[in-house]
Amino acid sequence: MSDKLAKRVGLSSVTVAQAHPRQGPAPLWRRATEEPAWVRVALIGTALTFLALFLMLPLAVVLYSAFERGLGVWYSAITEPDALAAIRLTLLVVAIVVPLNTLFGIAAAWAIAKFEFRGKPILISLIDMPFAISPVVVGLIFVILFGSQGWLGPWLSAYDLRIIFAVPGIVIVIAFGTLPFIARELIPLMQQQGKEEEEASLTLGASGWKTFWHVTLPNIKWGLIYGIILCNARAMGEFGAVAVVSGRIRGETNTMPLHIEVLYNEYMFTAAFAVSSLLTGLALVTIAIKSVVEWQEERRQKLAEA
Amino acid sequence: MAGVAASRGRVIPGFGLTMGFTLLYLGLVFLVPVGAFLLYTTTLSWETFWNAVTHRQVIASYKLSFGSSLIAATINLVFGALVAWVLVRYRFPGKKLVDALVDLPFALPTAVAGIALVTLYASTGWVGQYLDVFGIRVAYTQLGVIVALTYIGLPFVVRTVQPVLEDLDAEWEEASASLGAGRLTTLRRVILPALLPALLTGYALAFARALGEYGSVVFISGNLPFRTEITPLLIVARAEQYDYQGAAAIGTVMLVAAFLMLLVINGLQWWTSRRYG
Repeated sequence: MSDKLAKRVGLSSVTVAQAHPRQGPAPLWRRATEEPAWVRVALIGTALTFLALFLMLPLAVVLYSAFERGLGVWYSAITEPDALAAIRLTLLVVAIVVPLNTLFGIAAAWAIAKFEFRGKPILISLIDMPFAISPVVVGLIFVILFGSQGWLGPWLSAYDLRIIFAVPGIVIVIAFGTLPFIARELIPLMQQQGKEEEEASLTLGASGWKTFWHVTLPNIKWGLIYGIILCNARAMGEFGAVAVVSGRIRGETNTMPLHIEVLYNEYMFTAAFAVSSLLTGLALVTIAIKSVVEWQEERRQKLAEA
Repeated sequence: MAGVAASRGRVIPGFGLTMGFTLLYLGLVFLVPVGAFLLYTTTLSWETFWNAVTHRQVIASYKLSFGSSLIAATINLVFGALVAWVLVRYRFPGKKLVDALVDLPFALPTAVAGIALVTLYASTGWVGQYLDVFGIRVAYTQLGVIVALTYIGLPFVVRTVQPVLEDLDAEWEEASASLGAGRLTTLRRVILPALLPALLTGYALAFARALGEYGSVVFISGNLPFRTEITPLLIVARAEQYDYQGAAAIGTVMLVAAFLMLLVINGLQWWTSRRYG
């Protein structure tokens, strides 16, 4: 049995205090490396003022403006037909993109974490790359490929296929833009966990699939959940790339962020913020899950160190 | 590039399947389209390309985009380091919540951030009305672009510096203090050099992210020609006018800038990992 597994078996007898000597009152000698109280207060004050201005206020203004005129107005703004069409389209796109990017993330992390091969750093850099490309350039790439005046435009129109200014274009640019998120979450996690547990399971006669389901998946569960929810939030919120390929056909190719833009430009601010509040709620759930995942990971590490 | 796996008695199955799917998906969604785009730009004549990327309006947009991104990344460098320091070293009520909220700009859709920021900083907004008294206008000026880019770059410096600061050995600071150095000297001679690679990585990430940003900027910038038009906006404008060649030329400039930034970031990360093992 691997060291890791053996450690886990023995961990129950170790108390948290032993595992973490730093907890509890700081020893006296630490004081020489601490700042005077007024410096501490000033630094905390400056940092919190900055964060209040840049994080709390935008969040507050979205929620305040969405509910300013009451729940009834908020509800009718999000159940109006164009808003519902935008929500439906966004959910449809996410239902296609997120499973594909999840499969990609798991496959990429498995190949990278469990095997040695030449060019691994290049592959990791390639997976990171879509994140560095401006969303409008992502949109442009596909307009030039599939647009009516693009490279494949004449061929597509001969077969009466539409990709740009239609749902397939939206799906593909969002898939491109959110491609790295789940993989980036899983690769370091699976690399850190190593392959001893899988090897133990396989040498004991379990099949590859069984090992994945019963050994790997439980280990990466929280990281995977966070990756999926982050990918989902980013996919629902993708704006620049979709703005280029969607054509903004009301009720047909407007995703939620585009619908927000249309409402805002038509001075329907309360409605714009009402739809925004849905995506803001999703963003808050996303960072809450991230905190849970980090907390789980910290606990795991504490137990592993013990 | 990937085919040759070390074959020393492998127990774990699935290399062919997972690597195959990874390369197929990466190829279809990312590599082939980007390759085709770059191929398309090579079909442009040099004159078309040069005229598109040196158009007066485009030059003005580079100045705005690169300048504002640099300023925003610098603000994030200073305040990001401060926030990371405060979150790692001090205790205060609500710290966990504040720590979690740092990721908000990463999770909140850019269009939502955009309309929230313009509403706050418009001359009638919660913040804008007080700045208006002093004659400071944020919305529809370069200041607005900087505010939006600072907002979206905020998590990067904090999240790259935070783990390094957490792992920083207290012994160095103790040694420095016992040798008679004051807190400021320790900060300058011991702590800052140790944080330097992480600070630069965060700075580069925030800059790269700001350069390509579209959604959070276009609402607060007001998109006035020659004054508050960022480069990504001009790409959208060209594409909407079916000027694909012009759009592709400017897009190539942005793509090359992004690749260069990625190289810089990879270099910095390599430096960081070498330093901290």
